Amino acid sequence: MRALTVNGVAIDDTFAEAFDMRATAIVITAPSARWAAQAAVTMTGFATSVIACGCEAGLERVLSPRETPDGRPGVRVLMFAVSTAELQRQLQNRVGQCVLTSPGSACYAGIDAGEDKLKLGAAIRFFGDGWQIAKRLGARRYWRVPVMDGEFVCESTTRLTKSAVGGGNLIVMGASAPKTLAATEAAVKAMREVSDVIMPFPGGIARSGSKVGSKYKGASASTNDAYCPTLKGAVDSALGPEIASVLEIVIDGLASAAVTEAMRAGLAAIVQLGPDRGALRVGAGNYGGKLGRHHYHLKDLLP
Amino acid sequence: MRPLTFASRGAPTQRLDLSPLTPQNLVGKTVAEIAKVELGTTRVRVTVGDAFRIREGDPATILIEGGSARFDRVGMGMTAGAIHVEGEVGVEAGRGMSGGELTIRGAAGPFAASGMKGGTLEIEGEAGERLGGPLSGETAGMSGGLVLVRGDAGPRAGDRLRRGLILIEGRAGAYAGSRMIAGTLAIGGEAGDLPGYLMGRGTILLGRGATLLSPTFGDCGEHDLVAARLLADFVAQASTKLARLFRRPLRRLAGDLAALGKGEILLPRP
Repeated sequence: MRALTVNGVAIDDTFAEAFDMRATAIVITAPSARWAAQAAVTMTGFATSVIACGCEAGLERVLSPRETPDGRPGVRVLMFAVSTAELQRQLQNRVGQCVLTSPGSACYAGIDAGEDKLKLGAAIRFFGDGWQIAKRLGARRYWRVPVMDGEFVCESTTRLTKSAVGGGNLIVMGASAPKTLAATEAAVKAMREVSDVIMPFPGGIARSGSKVGSKYKGASASTNDAYCPTLKGAVDSALGPEIASVLEIVIDGLASAAVTEAMRAGLAAIVQLGPDRGALRVGAGNYGGKLGRHHYHLKDLLP
Repeated sequence: MRPLTFASRGAPTQRLDLSPLTPQNLVGKTVAEIAKVELGTTRVRVTVGDAFRIREGDPATILIEGGSARFDRVGMGMTAGAIHVEGEVGVEAGRGMSGGELTIRGAAGPFAASGMKGGTLEIEGEAGERLGGPLSGETAGMSGGLVLVRGDAGPRAGDRLRRGLILIEGRAGAYAGSRMIAGTLAIGGEAGDLPGYLMGRGTILLGRGATLLSPTFGDCGEHDLVAARLLADFVAQASTKLARLFRRPLRRLAGDLAALGKGEILLPRP
């Protein structure tokens, strides 16, 4: 594989392959920024990959009181799934178990555009056991559900977009684990400045990139041995002798343009950090271009 | 563009039905055609030309110069556009309107906003009885839109209100929000006896309480309601005075427990 070198960092001549997804967004508010974030973190726990979690979800950004419908501190959460039905199920379960239960929380639609609606308060209102109250203000409808610390206010519906993309990625390779982590962290930090994207893995980073299939029956994915540094001498490795650690960033976006922008920002951060403090090489994961409709060529994203 | 203007020729000799004078009815009509439209309500024929001097303009905005308590059904059935009345109007102003903006720079008679489904009605003066209420035989009153009364409102404001927002900056008469089905009624001044009488659902905010509160409302204590913040922001578009009341700590009275009992009266902390 040919590679370009920018600021001492080798960029593989390859591309990230990503897939069409269904996605939605919600805004969670609370009496304090801490509790808004707490509700979001709880709701997006165990939401790293659609392979086993049902959805991919993450905290997109923190909102100031001026940006939220009720004037309290808030956060915006994005959620991605492979089907509308699964997205609805995950949204309902996660808001019901993690946001409704969080002290002082309220929940609103976080996306105004979109092809379809998903039930938000319209599904959770039944917790009110008949004491729930609907309040329509202009075009928006809210549910007020009595709970033990007051009322849980939840907008009736949010929107669904079918233009979302899941699986944009960067594979960051370095001479040591600390340097690789430093480069990857810098990339994630830069990507978090981009709107409408999340990096769903822990802290935005995955260390266990996977390949399709397994030698074991029943496992749809298994470790990406070509990128495991401890197997360099044992398998048909994608790694050179200088690489000792590999990390991956997976990016989901409400639109393809957002994924492009995030990958561009991440790549720029890695290149800027340089090879001495960060990564030696950056690649991307794909399936030969046959599975996903969206291809992001690294050479088109260079700073 | 200039509004299509109807300048009153003086006090009408009979009650006039101004419901034909809506933007959707007048679009495409010439001044001569408009002048022939009949407004009379008795056997004596009265046309637009008899009652008003017409100045040509864009019928999307209608201006009525000079008001009268005999100008009935102004803006009735209006779907879009704007009607401004420089004076008072009679009964059923804005009745059944589903869109647009009706502004009355004076008082309005009984049944203003009756059966209203959408749009905005602003009354700068006082509103008569049964603001937004149903006529005899109708099961629901106003079902959408926003009504703002800068002055006082008569008895039974918001009677059988089903949806939408009624904002009264002044006082309200007896039985405000009686038999409310849902929706929101906010009263800045003092309300008369028994607000929320037999209401099933909905919200009534009483800025200065009422002369007599029904014992069939249960005191749920004082709260800082998130929903009130949403209401405050929404109400602020029309009335900053009433929006401020929603931002105070609110005592919640649940009722009317003599009926369904899922409504509420909110009393802002003085």
